[in-house]
Amino acid sequence: MVPLSWYLIFSAALFCIGLYGVLARKNAIAILLSIELMLNAVNVNLVAFWRYRYSEALNGQAFAVMVFAVAAAEVAVGLALIISIYRRRNTVVADDIDMMKW
Amino acid sequence: MTIEKIIFLVIAAISLGAALMVVTSRKLIHSALWLILTLFGVAVVYGILDAGFLAVAQVVIYIGAIAILFIFAVMLTRRANQDTGSQNNQYWWVAAPLSALLFGGLVWMMGSWQGYSTELPKLALEAKSGMLKQLGQLLVSPDGYVLPFELASVLLVAALIGAIWVAWDRK
Amino acid sequence: MSWNGFLAFVKDPLTEFAKGITYRLDVWGLSPELVNVIVKLLGAFVACMLSFALVILTIWVERKLYARVQDRLGPNRVGPWGIFQTVPDMIKIFTKEYITPDGADKVTYNLAPILAVSAVMLIWAVVPFAPTFFGSDINVGALYIVAVGAIGTLGIILAGWSSNNKYALLGAFRAVAQMVSYEVPMVLALLVPVLLSGTMGINSLVKAQSVWFILLAPLAAFIFFISSQAEVGRAPFDLLEAESEIVTGFQVEYSGLKFGMFFVGEFLHAFTISALFSALFLGGWRGPWAEQVPILGLAYFVIKTSIVYFFVILLRIAAPRMRIDQMLNFNWKFLVPLGLLLVMVTAVVEKLVIHYYTLWGLEFGSTNYLILRAVTHLVVNGLICVGALWLSQSFGKREPPRFDASRAVAVPPQSSESTATD
Repeated sequence: MVPLSWYLIFSAALFCIGLYGVLARKNAIAILLSIELMLNAVNVNLVAFWRYRYSEALNGQAFAVMVFAVAAAEVAVGLALIISIYRRRNTVVADDIDMMKW
Repeated sequence: MTIEKIIFLVIAAISLGAALMVVTSRKLIHSALWLILTLFGVAVVYGILDAGFLAVAQVVIYIGAIAILFIFAVMLTRRANQDTGSQNNQYWWVAAPLSALLFGGLVWMMGSWQGYSTELPKLALEAKSGMLKQLGQLLVSPDGYVLPFELASVLLVAALIGAIWVAWDRK
Repeated sequence: MSWNGFLAFVKDPLTEFAKGITYRLDVWGLSPELVNVIVKLLGAFVACMLSFALVILTIWVERKLYARVQDRLGPNRVGPWGIFQTVPDMIKIFTKEYITPDGADKVTYNLAPILAVSAVMLIWAVVPFAPTFFGSDINVGALYIVAVGAIGTLGIILAGWSSNNKYALLGAFRAVAQMVSYEVPMVLALLVPVLLSGTMGINSLVKAQSVWFILLAPLAAFIFFISSQAEVGRAPFDLLEAESEIVTGFQVEYSGLKFGMFFVGEFLHAFTISALFSALFLGGWRGPWAEQVPILGLAYFVIKTSIVYFFVILLRIAAPRMRIDQMLNFNWKFLVPLGLLLVMVTAVVEKLVIHYYTLWGLEFGSTNYLILRAVTHLVVNGLICVGALWLSQSFGKREPPRFDASRAVAVPPQSSESTATD
C-alpha cells in the first residue's frame, strides 16, 4: 500500500518545480506553463487528502473541480493578455515589458 | 515492494521528469509538449486515487483545451531568435536554491504531522458508480456547493468575454 | 464436449474463450491478478487487430457505394466484387519511401500519426458490442469519449507544426479550430441520453433504452450526427484534407505508412462514430432475445452500425464542401444554442414527466408510462425543431453583410508578423 507521505512528497516536488519555472524563465508563456504545474500539484494534494483522510463525503473532489474551473479561466485570460502584448510590443520576454518602470 | 508502490513510483518518476523538462527546455514548444505528459501523469494519479471522474475531467479540460491553447499561443508569438540561447533570466541562481529550500521545508513540516504515514483506508462510499451521482448532487444542492458552482460559472463567462475582448484584433 | 457446453459456447463465445484461457493460465500456476491482466491485454490486442481488419471492409464498401451513386462500377477486379482491392492499396502504401522534410522536428513528426490513430483505438475500449462483450464498463464512459477525442486533436496540430511548412501549419490551425468548435455541440448532444437514462456508462445507457433514444430525442441525435461528422473531418466538413483546398492541409508532408495511418485513422473514426451513434441512440445491442443469447446482441449491433455507416457514406457523396467560415457560423450560431436549449428543455420535461405521470397513477416503468414519456419528449422536440427552423428562416431573410470594397488587400507588411488568426 502506498502511504500518504508519498503523494504529499510528489505534490510538493511538482509545486517546487513549478515555482522554479515561474522565477527563472524569461518567456511569459513559460511562466504561465509553470503556474499550471503549481495548480496541478495543489490539486493532487487535495485529492490525496480526500482519499486518505476524508473519503466519506465528496467535498475534496468538489473543491478540486473548482480549482479546474479557476485554472482554465486564468489560462484563457493570461494567454489573451500575452497575445495582446505581443501585438503591440512585439516581444514576450517578461523583462522587456517594463514600460511602467523607470 | 507491492505492485501498487511500483506503479506509483513509475508514474511519479515520469511526471516529475516531464515537469523538469518543462522548466528547462530550450524550445518553448517542447515545454508545452512536456507539460502535456505531466498533465497525463497527474490524470493517472487521480485514477490511482479512485477519483475516476476527476481523471477524465483532467484529460478533457487540461489536455483537450488548455494545452491546445498553449500550443496556439506559442505558435502565434514565435520569433526566430527566441529559441536560441538560454531560456533562464538573470536570477535563476536564486530561484533554484529557493525552490529546493521550499521543498525541504515542506517535507520536514509535513513529516512532523502525526497523520503523515496513514495507510490507504477502504473507500467509505457505498459503490464506485454512486460517486458520480453524489458528486453531482453535492455540486448543486443548496446545503452543498451550489454557490461556488454558480460563481465558477460566472467566472468562466467573465473570462470568456474578457479574453475575446482583450485579444480582439481591432485594426 | 457436452451439449450444454456446446450451447454455452455458441451463445457467448467470448466469455467461454476467456474462461478457457484463464483456466489454462491458472493451471500453469500464475497469480490471479497476472492472469487477469494477460487476458485483458489479449482482448485489447484482438480488438485492435479486428478493427484494422474492419477498415479494409469499410474502405471497400465506401468505394463501391461512391461508384454506384456516380453511375459507375467501382473496384471489381481484385477478388469477387473487388473485395480485396484494399490489400494492394495497403501494399502500395507500405512500400512507399518515408521523406522527412528538412528542419522538421523528428520526435513530434513521428509521434503525430501515432496519436491520431491511438485516439480512435482508445474509443473501442468502452463501446459495448453485446451484453457481455465490452472492453471495460467505466462509469464515466461518455466523458471518456470526449477526452480521447481531444487527444486526436492534439495529434493533428502536432502534425501541422512539425512539418515545417506554412501551408501545413495553416491547415492544422483550421483543422483544430473546426474540431475544437464542434466538440461543444457533440458534448451537449451526448448529455441528452445521459440525462434521459441517468448514467454516463455506455453499457448502462444501452440497458436503459427500452425505448430507443432516437425516438425520445431526435434533435439530439441529429446534432450528434452532424457534429461527429465534423469531428472526424468527413464531407461535407472535409475542408481540412481536401486536395484542391489547402494542399491536403496538415498531411501534406507525410508519405508512406505515416500518411496511411492518418487515412486509416479517419476511416476507423467514421466507423467508430457510427458504432457510438447506434449504441447511444439506436439501442446498441438491444433486440429480441439479446440478453439470453449475447451473440445475437452482437449481430444486432453490427446491423445497426452498418445502417448508420451507410448514411454517413451517403452524406459524404451527396453534400458539397462547406467553407470554414460557413462551418464555424453554423456551429456557433445554430448548433450550440440549439444544443443548450435542448439540454435545458429535456431536463425540465423529464422531471415534469416523472412528477406528473406518477402523480396521475401511472407506475414508474410500466409500458403506458414509457409510451407517454416517449410521446411527450417527441412532441417537445418537434416544437423546438419547428421553432428553430422558423427562426433560422427569418434570420436568413435579412440583408447579407456587404463587404467594404474600398479596402486595399495587398499592402506591404508592417513590423508585426501577420499570420492567419482564424
